[in-house]
Formats: sequence, C-alpha cells, structure tokens
Amino acid sequence: MTRLLTAITALSLGLSGAAMALDYSGQQKARQGQFRILAINLGTLGDMAQGKTEYDAEAAQSAADSLVAVSMIHQPPLWPEGSSAADLDGTRAKAEIWEDWEDFTSKWADLGEAAAAMQTAASGGTEAIGPAMGALGGACKACHDSYRAPRN
Amino acid sequence: MRKLIGIVVLAAIAAAGAGWVLTAPKRLPEARFSGMTGDPAAGERIFTAAGCASCHHAPDASGEDKLVLSGGQRFASEFGTFVAPNISPDPEHGIGEWGLADFANAVMRGVSPSGRHLYPAFPYTAYTHMRDTDVVDLWAYLLTLPASETPSAPHEVGFPFNIRRGVGAWKLLYMGDDWAMRDVPDAQLERGRYLVEALAHCGECHTPRDGLGGLDTSAWLTGAPNPNGSGTIPGLTPDRLDWDAGSIAYYLESGFTPDYDSAGGHMVAVVENFAKLDPADREAVAAYLKALPAGGAMD
Repeated sequence: MTRLLTAITALSLGLSGAAMALDYSGQQKARQGQFRILAINLGTLGDMAQGKTEYDAEAAQSAADSLVAVSMIHQPPLWPEGSSAADLDGTRAKAEIWEDWEDFTSKWADLGEAAAAMQTAASGGTEAIGPAMGALGGACKACHDSYRAPRN
Repeated sequence: MRKLIGIVVLAAIAAAGAGWVLTAPKRLPEARFSGMTGDPAAGERIFTAAGCASCHHAPDASGEDKLVLSGGQRFASEFGTFVAPNISPDPEHGIGEWGLADFANAVMRGVSPSGRHLYPAFPYTAYTHMRDTDVVDLWAYLLTLPASETPSAPHEVGFPFNIRRGVGAWKLLYMGDDWAMRDVPDAQLERGRYLVEALAHCGECHTPRDGLGGLDTSAWLTGAPNPNGSGTIPGLTPDRLDWDAGSIAYYLESGFTPDYDSAGGHMVAVVENFAKLDPADREAVAAYLKALPAGGAMD
C-alpha cells in the first residue's frame, strides 16, 4: 500500500512537473522581452557613443532611465527551475543558472549598478556615455560568459 | 568511421621507419634566439592579443587573478579532455626553469623542453606564425607574472591519441608556414592577418575541422560546431557576417553587436583582451574579416 501511494505521489509529481514545463512560455517571453528592451535602449545610447547618431540629451536620458527600470524588475519569478535550454526550446539559458543561482543574481545586480551609472552619465554628452557603455557591456558579457549557450 | 581509418593510417605512418623520422619533434635551430632579450612591456600586448590568460588562468579566476597562470581549465573534445597546464614562472610546477629556446619551441613548434610533442589544443599551429621578437617579448613578460604552486593536471586522453608520435604525423598534415590569406596588399591587412591568424588564433574556433581535428582551410573562418559544448561558433566571412568594419571594431571593444546583443561564452574573454589593444588593432581585424572571400575558400 505504501508502495502504491509512493508510486502515485511520484507519478503525480512527475505529471505536475511536465505540466509546469509547458507553462513556462510566459516567463520565457517576459525575460526575453526585458533583454530586448535593454538592447533597444542600449542601441540609442551606443549609436550616440559611436557617433552614428547625433547626441540628444533627452533621448539619452530616457534610454538610460529605461535601462534602470528594467534592471529593477525582480528576476526570480522569470527564472523558474526547469526552464533552461535543456528543458525548453527557444531559450539559451544554461542549466548553470540554477546551479549557481547566487552568482547569477549578483550579475543581474551588477547590471543594475552599470545602468545607474549610465543614468548619471547620460546628460554628460558622448564622452560620458562611452565609458558607461563599456561598463554596461561588461555586465552583459559577464553573465553571458557563464549562463548563455551559443546559438544552435 | 572515417576518423577510425584516419587514425589507423596515422598510426601506420608513425610506425613506418621513414615515418618515425618524419614524425620526430622538430626543434628550432638552437642559435635562433641566442642573445635576444625581450621587452616585458611589449610582451604584455602580445600576451593580451594571444589570449594566453584566457585559457591558462584558474577556472574561476576573475580580475587580477587572471594573471596567475596556474592552469586547470578543461577543454573537452572528441579526442579527450585537455587540461590547461600551469605556465606561471614557478620553477617546479610552472615553466620557470625553461629557457627562452624551450619557450620558443613550445609556442612555435609545439615541442616540450623534454622533446615531446604537445597536443594542438595549445594553438601552436597559429603561433608558429609569430615573429621571433614577439615570442621573446612574450617570454620576458611571462616571467614577470606571479608564480603558482598548483600542479598541472594530466590530460585525459585515451588510446590512440595518447601516443604522442601521432601528434607528429598530425603536424605533418596540418602545420605549415603558409598563411590562410596569402596576399595582404597593405599594412593594415597585414596587421589584421597577424592578429587573426597568428596571435588571436581565431580560426581555432571559427573554422570547421575535419575528422582528424585539423582546420579545414577551404572553409576558413566560416563557422563551426562549438568545440567545447553545444551550439555553433558563427562564421566571420562577409557572406556570413554582414556587419560593417566599424561595427566589428566596436564589437571587439565593447562586446556589443550592431543590434546591441552582447558577446557570450569564450568570446567574452576574447573581447576583454581586444578591448585592451589599440583601436588600430581592432580596425585591422575588421579590415581583415571584410577582405575574406565569401565561403572562406582561400586560394
């Protein structure tokens, strides 16, 4: 009887695990969407830093503010365990994220610091934006170094 | 299966009498580096461009610790797992007891001081193109770095790849003095070629390999399966990478692609290195990539 109960419990856990895996598309869209918002705003600032577009203090400030806003999104709900590239299609999130969760979240915190520095720098012209872009790039790379798989 | 046949062929070559001579480790002439002294400051730039620390620092080192070349990073391949050795100046566990000629033979010929073939996970097929003065400067710089007492771990390579003479046969097939890009009409392209093909050894990941692990130079820099895990290393030829030269240079400086995605994986270390070089070096790499033939078929 105990064995039967255990089997039923295991089966239901297994099923709920499978059912939950199907439900992660929302989290996946949300986290990819936030990275897209980051990229678009980094583009505004980076193009100015490179001289591809003319410096516009207001646009630069809005972009930097948006970076900070995204960096403040609480991440854990977007990264449920079992939503790595090994579990789901359409994600390059490596399983290492959950093996070293504290490091992962500290790298997200580093992004917040770099975004805050850009928020201060944005009004200072392209000379100020350039180095702040470097720090933001450093934050992106540091995380992608360990936690994002190459494209297939 | 092709691989197996190739291995049998290699073993047969190595076993044959003439093959035994051909596959012997070839040291550089003893006199080649005698009397030369290096400039450590110049060597630091070579060290950065060649990415030595990226593979030889301890597995989780960050910041200044990346200059402690204690080894230990693991590189899995279909031939086994190679473990980067300690190349710090420690006399016992590192290379502090080596002489300049020993170092030059390792870097430019893939031959250890005791006369054994080194495995080509160490990219000496690229470094063989290095200028002598750069090797000497690099050696001078390496000796200024902190010593580490971490012992080198053995490679985890099984039969038949643990027969080092096989590496000698491999070198006959894949190691040569020829550049992939034969003609470089101006100084910038020449500099770009030196950075891409020699120091930064870009081809090691961005060029596909054949069944014996040699680079397929008929598809130079056209992208390849990730040698060290899943996924694909992207191609860099103009038909595969349509970024303009300025965008390539900016990527090497910042890690940002033209649509502001960022570098990942081992490329992070490469960008970290390139960011420290002169802008002219990043521009030279960009010019070189833009000059590649579509499809990577070098003449």
